[in-house]
Amino acid sequence: MSLPKSWKEWERPLLDLDDGLAKLAKLAENSTGEERSKLDARIREFEKRRDRYIEQKYQNLSPWEKVLVARAEPRPYTLDYIGELMTDFTELQGDRRFGTDNAIIGGPAKFRGQPVMVVGHQKGRTIPERNLRNFAMSKPEGYRKAVRLFEMADRFRLPVVTFIDTPAADPGPESESRGISEAIAAGMLAMFGVRTPIVSVVIGEGGSGGAIGIGVANRVLMLEHSVYSVIPPEGCAAILWRAPERGPEASQALRLTADYALELGLIDEIVPEPFGGAHRNAAEAARLVGSAIQMALEELLPLGPEAVKKHRYEKFRAMGRFGVAEPVAK
Amino acid sequence: MRLGGKSSGSALSDAFTQCINCKKTLFKRELEANLLVCPHCSHHHRLTARQRITWTFDPDSFEERDQELQSLDTLSFPEYGDKLGSAIQKNGRNDGILSGFAALDGRKVSIAVADFSFMGGSMGSVAGEKVTRTLERGCESRVPAIVFCASGGARMQEGLLSLMQMAKTNAALTRLAKKGLPYISVLTDPTMGGVSAGFAFVGDVVIAEPKALIGFAGARVSKQAQVVKAPDDFQTAEYHLKHGMIDRIVPRRDLRDALIALTSTLGGQLESA
Repeated sequence: MSLPKSWKEWERPLLDLDDGLAKLAKLAENSTGEERSKLDARIREFEKRRDRYIEQKYQNLSPWEKVLVARAEPRPYTLDYIGELMTDFTELQGDRRFGTDNAIIGGPAKFRGQPVMVVGHQKGRTIPERNLRNFAMSKPEGYRKAVRLFEMADRFRLPVVTFIDTPAADPGPESESRGISEAIAAGMLAMFGVRTPIVSVVIGEGGSGGAIGIGVANRVLMLEHSVYSVIPPEGCAAILWRAPERGPEASQALRLTADYALELGLIDEIVPEPFGGAHRNAAEAARLVGSAIQMALEELLPLGPEAVKKHRYEKFRAMGRFGVAEPVAK
Repeated sequence: MRLGGKSSGSALSDAFTQCINCKKTLFKRELEANLLVCPHCSHHHRLTARQRITWTFDPDSFEERDQELQSLDTLSFPEYGDKLGSAIQKNGRNDGILSGFAALDGRKVSIAVADFSFMGGSMGSVAGEKVTRTLERGCESRVPAIVFCASGGARMQEGLLSLMQMAKTNAALTRLAKKGLPYISVLTDPTMGGVSAGFAFVGDVVIAEPKALIGFAGARVSKQAQVVKAPDDFQTAEYHLKHGMIDRIVPRRDLRDALIALTSTLGGQLESA
């Protein structure tokens, strides 16, 4: 069995059902009397079929299916969450060194009345949007802008919320020439220095260095169907087996799902997604994410500036699994 | 003795070897006397961590720590257990990185030295822990920290655990900096991926060996992302020097002196403090 390569291909039966339902609804709208009640009955039957389908399909997603869902184009992106959850968002741009970057956005905002600094990867849905956002693959300027915003948050005592959604940091020569490695490390270093609470939410793809560069948080949340990985599965397959098409297999091996990250203590909480995934109900997804952020902030805000910094340090210091063995005799 | 990279496969006698760059036949003894730098083309062959320590630090000054740490196959990743087992067998050590204390012209330093011959120097939980402890020992003993990088990147077989080592090592770096202790990062061939974007480029001083391959995304990964054509010197030490990303390129024979100069200046006020 060949596995689907894209979310659209995988979700085709459901998208067809949705399509059929939309057509029926339109028909029903323009009809009356017995015709109308017949159509309504068919709609109800279709809806039941759809719900059963979703229930079955989403009950137990494989790691690769989660990769597909995490990458789904209609999935809510950072700006969608900001739109639903924040007010007074003012986007700030530029790294004050070289340029601006549209793959990472950020600025101050109010989250349920609380001033915060928000930073996140931004994907695009249309082709021009995707090009503008560079497929959410940030260049060094993006991380350096993030550093500026983290430092500003520290200065003005704003808690930080980051939304993680990137396939990877930009791997091209342009980024290399301007020090993408240093920029990512600088992002992490800056976050360790922030004396206010930081909450990160993996909303789609947590793509390796590109993700952790804005992911050093006191509390790391992952949406139920999001993924977080040391390397994109296709990249892993390319390195291990010289076969990028074996991404589905690699996604299994990498164990990049939220439940496993939680089990290893690398994230703190899984945020449930609405029925059929965040993309089927963005407002509800945002509400669930909002509650989780609020709870995290309520727990973290009472900690003092040094305590919250220490908490973050100790949390990451403890990460890793290793054994203790006798030195090898040779 | 095998030089870095693929073995040539040719049946040279025990006394001879071949430069992997210019292919000239070399006396092994001559090459070793030259710190595995080819006398003809100056190619810097990869060193084991032991060779690196022997040829860089004061004789017999190395005190190893953390040698008991051993990687676990937490994810039950395909073939990881076997690969790990044979790497341990082949190298006679639990992990690639050697960490501990050493001395440079009598001055104590906390060091971690990576070894590409152990699973490509990849960074999993153990490598991350060893580097972190190296930086912490620098803090505790109030001595400079020196890390020699040699890595293909994060160890994929440990999944997200490996990614988090980037954050963990950086956490330790913030404390070293706060205590006013120098961190010198030496990039050797190759320094890629998670190590590159982890602790490699954020040294107070970043040194590289000539022609070392250094970069964020490896060729096979960036091919995946279909990037535009890269320049010829892409991801070399020389490229990063030109772009202002590293401080110096130091030939291997001068490295010890360079490190002595740096630790005695940047770390020069430590004793009197």
